[in-house]
Amino acid sequence: MSDARLRILSRLKAAPPRPAPALPEWVPPTYGEGRIERFVAMLEANHAEVHHVTASGWPATLDALLAARGLRTLLFAPGTPLGARLAEAWGDDQRLLPYDQPVEALKPTLVHDAEAGITAAKGGIAETGTLILWPSVAEPRLMSLLPPLHIVVVEAATLVDNLAQAVTGWAQGGMPTNALLISGPSKTADIEQTLAYGVHGPKELMVLIVT
Amino acid sequence: MEPDPDFAGRAHVALGDSKLRANFRRAMDGLMAKRKAQFPDPAAWAQLRARGAAVRARSLARLPELLEKLEAKCRANGIQVHWAETPAEGNSIVLDILKRHQARTVIKGKSMVTEEMHLNAHLEANGIEAVETDLGEYIIQLAHQAPSHIVMPCIHMNKGEIATLFEANIPGQPYTEDVDALTAAARRVLRERFAAADAGISGANFLVAETGTVVLIENEGNGRMSTTLPPLHIAVTGIEKVVESLDDVPPLLALLPRSATGQPITTYVNMISSPRREGEKDGPTEVHLVLLDNGRSRVYGDLELADTLRCIRCGACMNHCPVYTRVGGHTYNFVYPGPIGKILTPQIEGLDCAGDQPHASTLCGACAEVCPVKIPLTDILVRLRQEGVRPTSGAVKGGGANRSAVEALVWRGWRAMYASPLLYRLATRALALVGNWLPAGLPMLKEWTSVRVKPRFAAKSLHQLAKEKGIKDE
Repeated sequence: MSDARLRILSRLKAAPPRPAPALPEWVPPTYGEGRIERFVAMLEANHAEVHHVTASGWPATLDALLAARGLRTLLFAPGTPLGARLAEAWGDDQRLLPYDQPVEALKPTLVHDAEAGITAAKGGIAETGTLILWPSVAEPRLMSLLPPLHIVVVEAATLVDNLAQAVTGWAQGGMPTNALLISGPSKTADIEQTLAYGVHGPKELMVLIVT
Repeated sequence: MEPDPDFAGRAHVALGDSKLRANFRRAMDGLMAKRKAQFPDPAAWAQLRARGAAVRARSLARLPELLEKLEAKCRANGIQVHWAETPAEGNSIVLDILKRHQARTVIKGKSMVTEEMHLNAHLEANGIEAVETDLGEYIIQLAHQAPSHIVMPCIHMNKGEIATLFEANIPGQPYTEDVDALTAAARRVLRERFAAADAGISGANFLVAETGTVVLIENEGNGRMSTTLPPLHIAVTGIEKVVESLDDVPPLLALLPRSATGQPITTYVNMISSPRREGEKDGPTEVHLVLLDNGRSRVYGDLELADTLRCIRCGACMNHCPVYTRVGGHTYNFVYPGPIGKILTPQIEGLDCAGDQPHASTLCGACAEVCPVKIPLTDILVRLRQEGVRPTSGAVKGGGANRSAVEALVWRGWRAMYASPLLYRLATRALALVGNWLPAGLPMLKEWTSVRVKPRFAAKSLHQLAKEKGIKDE
């Protein structure tokens, strides 16, 4: 269809030129010392469950939280620092389910069996209570989508105030296959504007903030 | 109910439908209040909106260049780019890709451009099942209806209607009006469809030229499913969606969900820049981007009308429109309803087949006031009304189609009367004498007097009264 391409572009190029307006100033909000508070408040407003954890203690905290829920399977990425840390702390725990093969080999497990999935976050955005996920070869995309519970571990030091700050430098550094901003569990209000969670993705989002 | 060929006829039917009126009233009141709560500070709103409008205007000013840049960047990333001048071309591009992959079932994320192309019907006619997976789209697909709102497609239905629909269409599903139970039923059915699908089709909210990225926002996760789980992903969108850089995205994302549904941000913002890379364990191995023109490049040629292309499809204009909120989306009979539809549809489809759309407005300006990218909707409505009777250029397809010889004659007479003092005086005298005897049901008066009392003409005109009081003409 290169003819279509040519015709569309030549029509656009033949159109009268128009001035490109200058970008007027826009200052997105900043929170200073209140950044973490804002982040937590917005996450909770978005129906996420938030826990404050330590770098050394989070695997044990998570163990207790998941035991209390009676959770039987946790999808994790063994090739990431986070996954390695979890495997090291939990040993050969029967709940751990590694995402270590292509989706084609794991589909039934991923689609039906995994009760939870755990991922790291590249960062967080205080303004909107948003987690930035950067899926990779080691940490696949579906971990944060298919299981009914998604657990994210985010370092407090990686928080920024707003999205404009967050995207600075992304283009230069190279984009991943699928960068993701996640602000809460999957939800819908398509039926009479009534909020319902977990329509397709996770019904629950648990955030562990490492300080 | 008789099908009505015209907007006014359909509007009368809709106005008499108390259930429809109640469904829209409830939904629109909620959306307006939620949007308002998101922009509490008028100064901050003005600043953000000016930025958003400028981002879109700048992108459009460099549209051909940015499209070429986007294409080159996408190709370098491994995304295959296709161009379609017409919906038919777009449909066959999508069908060809699917056939090459021997795809039988396709899962779809919400996409207004594929609605514009009537893609589902085309695929089904060719033996490919297309399953809508956005909950609202899934519901209207079960009901064999078209979306009545661009953001919330089944907003015209209440939960009782949806409960009946699910009971009839989902095996083993009992009648329930419990929204959580209805949502869970859809999850159960659609999860199987996601897992078994051969391909996923989505729309796009923004295309970033700098990085070759498709930005897709959603709350449900069905967009992520459609673009991640099947081995093939086809994104379909309009050529106007491109922006220059990633830095352009934050102000638009700060405007779009807040204007649309009163959310600070959607649950998911997907930024897709390539197919599955070497060593990655999931994601489609092929990603295609189909860019649809369908009249947009013609709209682009007119400097005033081109502002239509700034639209980011938030739907705030329809939520605030006194016409849309009363008659609902189906009354418009085209894919894009409400104020944006009233200016977009005639430009895409032509004034000869959608010429009544620019008239379905009171010109109150509510749409232009809430538009996050400052589209001068009322100015464009007035311009399209003019194009309908007296085309200024070839800018709009079907220009002049609304011209009526009788109306033209009346206006010519009106002009002659107002240009000549003698004719004017004669006409006002004549009206004072016979005006009150004219029956309200006369062809020229009937439309106007059907909802108003016919005014009484004064026995003496202002000129006469002034003259009697000794006031002289200047």
